[in-house]
Amino acid sequence: MMRFMLLFSRQGKLRLQKWYTATAERDKKKMVRELMQVVLARKPKMSSFLEWRDLKIVYKRYASLYFCCAVEEQDNELITLEVIHRFVELLDKYFGSVCELDIIFNFEKAYFILDEFLIGGEIQDTSKKSVLKAIEQADLLQEEDESPRSVLEEMGLA
Amino acid sequence: MPAPIRLRELIRTIRTARTQAEEREMIQKECAAIRSSFREEDNTYRCRNVAKLLYMHMLGYPAHFGQLECLKLIASQKFTDKRIGYLGAMLLLDERQDVHLLMTNCIKNDLNHSTQYVQGLALCTLGCMGSSEMCRDLAGEVEKLLKTSNSYLRKKAALCAVHVIRKVPELMEMFLPATKNLLSEKNHGVLHTSVVLLTEMCERSPDMLLHFRKLVPQLVRILKNLIMSGYSPEHDVSGISDPFLQVRILRLLRILGRSDDDSSEAMNDILAQVATNTETSKNVGNAILYETVLTIMDIKSESGLRVLAINILGRFLLNNDKNIRYVALTSLLKTVQTDHNAVQRHRSTIVDCLKDLDVSIKRRAMELSFALVNGNNIRGMMKELLYFLDSCDPEFKADCASGVFLAAEKYAPSKRWHIDTIMRVLTTAGSYVRDDSVPNLIQLITNSVEMHAYTVQRLYKALLDDISQQPLVQVSSWCIGEYGDLLVSGQCEEEEPIQVTEDEVLDVLEGLLVSNLSTPVTRGYSLTAIMKLSTRFSSVVSIYGSSIDVELQQRAVEYNALFKKYDHMRPALLERMPIMEKTASNGPTEIVQTNGETEPSVPDTKHPPLVTQPANQVTARSHDISVFTIDGSFFVTDDVLLNQWFNI
Repeated sequence: MMRFMLLFSRQGKLRLQKWYTATAERDKKKMVRELMQVVLARKPKMSSFLEWRDLKIVYKRYASLYFCCAVEEQDNELITLEVIHRFVELLDKYFGSVCELDIIFNFEKAYFILDEFLIGGEIQDTSKKSVLKAIEQADLLQEEDESPRSVLEEMGLA
Repeated sequence: MPAPIRLRELIRTIRTARTQAEEREMIQKECAAIRSSFREEDNTYRCRNVAKLLYMHMLGYPAHFGQLECLKLIASQKFTDKRIGYLGAMLLLDERQDVHLLMTNCIKNDLNHSTQYVQGLALCTLGCMGSSEMCRDLAGEVEKLLKTSNSYLRKKAALCAVHVIRKVPELMEMFLPATKNLLSEKNHGVLHTSVVLLTEMCERSPDMLLHFRKLVPQLVRILKNLIMSGYSPEHDVSGISDPFLQVRILRLLRILGRSDDDSSEAMNDILAQVATNTETSKNVGNAILYETVLTIMDIKSESGLRVLAINILGRFLLNNDKNIRYVALTSLLKTVQTDHNAVQRHRSTIVDCLKDLDVSIKRRAMELSFALVNGNNIRGMMKELLYFLDSCDPEFKADCASGVFLAAEKYAPSKRWHIDTIMRVLTTAGSYVRDDSVPNLIQLITNSVEMHAYTVQRLYKALLDDISQQPLVQVSSWCIGEYGDLLVSGQCEEEEPIQVTEDEVLDVLEGLLVSNLSTPVTRGYSLTAIMKLSTRFSSVVSIYGSSIDVELQQRAVEYNALFKKYDHMRPALLERMPIMEKTASNGPTEIVQTNGETEPSVPDTKHPPLVTQPANQVTARSHDISVFTIDGSFFVTDDVLLNQWFNI
């Protein structure tokens, strides 16, 4: 299973962190710091995989952002690259040509999309269309919350 | 009180901070405002405040005071509140703190909510961070949702069940009935998550594995449909239909087919089909092939299929994509023991990977190369590996040197080749060689009796070039001490004998003693060597008597005494060492040394024996092989000899 996913910039700024195992805050910080250092030190000609502690790390750089997943020994690294790519495609479709700033200013939305795509580190739905539709519907629900309805509307009379 | 600033406004403001201190100040100010807002129990802006807190938490600032507020948001009726509340719970709440249990009731209610998106939030949160207690309390609700016809909820419930089982394995049984029709679903989301659930159950319970083996035909059918079906835009990735589902099915088949002949046979055809028909131009196709290979190698597949799998890996090795090469080498390493001959066919490609730029690929190629060395290819392989040793990064040198020594010991075609190989390693990577190699090499050298002259000549020449590599210097010193007479008498047959005088040899050894490059251990070796040469050379030598190192001091004083008071015993004491035989190939070894005139008796490892022997015989027993380690206890053997005589 996927243990965690991190998104961070070339300057070492964390943009998203999703942990699928219970880990103490202090340990999370340490692992993030250490892993960012290791990944940022990698040269472009190197493979997307490395061993770190007892995990396999799969990472890919999209423009200024590193997408980094930690998976277990029995997991397929090549398909993990595809999982990362699918997540990027979802973000891209949602934000329209996504860039790092979108994720910075709308981090909560990035999390919502991730949570509609993965649960417990596993894929919920392999259809891009299906995931995006669910997000769209949820966003609509949120909008309905925010627009006040008149008393008559509430009663169904207008 | 003015409305708290919006999330995006805060983000914008914080990003204008030019220093860490400025950022911290802004954060502290905002945190104070948020705290008072929380204290006022403001419902309207709670959501906005928690969202801001989550942003600051991501920057690394403490946010624990927002935990209870997340719980309040979850309990709210507004969807927006719940969305942020659950997100906050997943980011801030820690299962080690009891406060997280307060979520349980809210989640229970939301699992039964009329809106599926609310139910979805609850399932997602439980499935990501539910603690064991929460899982126990809510497993029943999850099980109910696993049986719903709503595929949106069913797929989430399946993954939630996976998490529950991971946290509380005893609860696995209760999900069994709900798994009955999971694979009949048309919805790919449900199919995928169901396969994940079945995999988790089969991996954890042998009973479940037996129970689910009957699903093999159904799984094979689903996989076949995926491959044979036409273009499906919804699930297509680069021309392949739902690769994620294909990979998961292959993985489940692996678990079901493992150690079961019937199941393995039932999946034989589909595995061959996937292996031959999958498009390999993109990563996604190779991901499927990779999983297929793993499955073929793990189940009881027929040999033709196994060869097919290894050939796929061989093709992977030639792929331009370094990621593909990386997984190929990893997989080959796993199969090299069981399918040795098949892997041998790809030996040259593997050896080429030694020149790859990626460190992980190089390491794997090195390990694999050593695994492939045998009596037939030893000469060719060693050439490549020695070349690799020359040019590789320092982090590899120790392992590579050890590997070369091991391989040479097992498969050396001749003694001369063996010595040459050892020489090559010592001269090119001498400082990286492991400490335990030195005594092993010495033992090897003594065993090659006819090569003594050649060996000492080559080692002497190496010393003239370079005295910085300690293992090389130590082995050389020992050899010169033992065979120095062969060196000066020019007895070498294997190559042109060099002209060297006794004085020149002694100068070299004395040079080692005074050099800053020599470690105390090395100096010990050279000191003892000089001592030994005192019997083999005609000129008497002065002993290096003062040293900061206590071992060397003691050594020097004893040797001096030997010259002065016990000179008549010197020749016998320093006689040439007999061939040492290893009685066991690993671990401590008893080495019995005699001068051939007395019977070797069973060695006593605990106490150096006191032997009463006449003056012209030397019999000694040694301690175990630890005697020959670098910490200087090598000298204990000589000590034993000397002490015995002084005690008489």
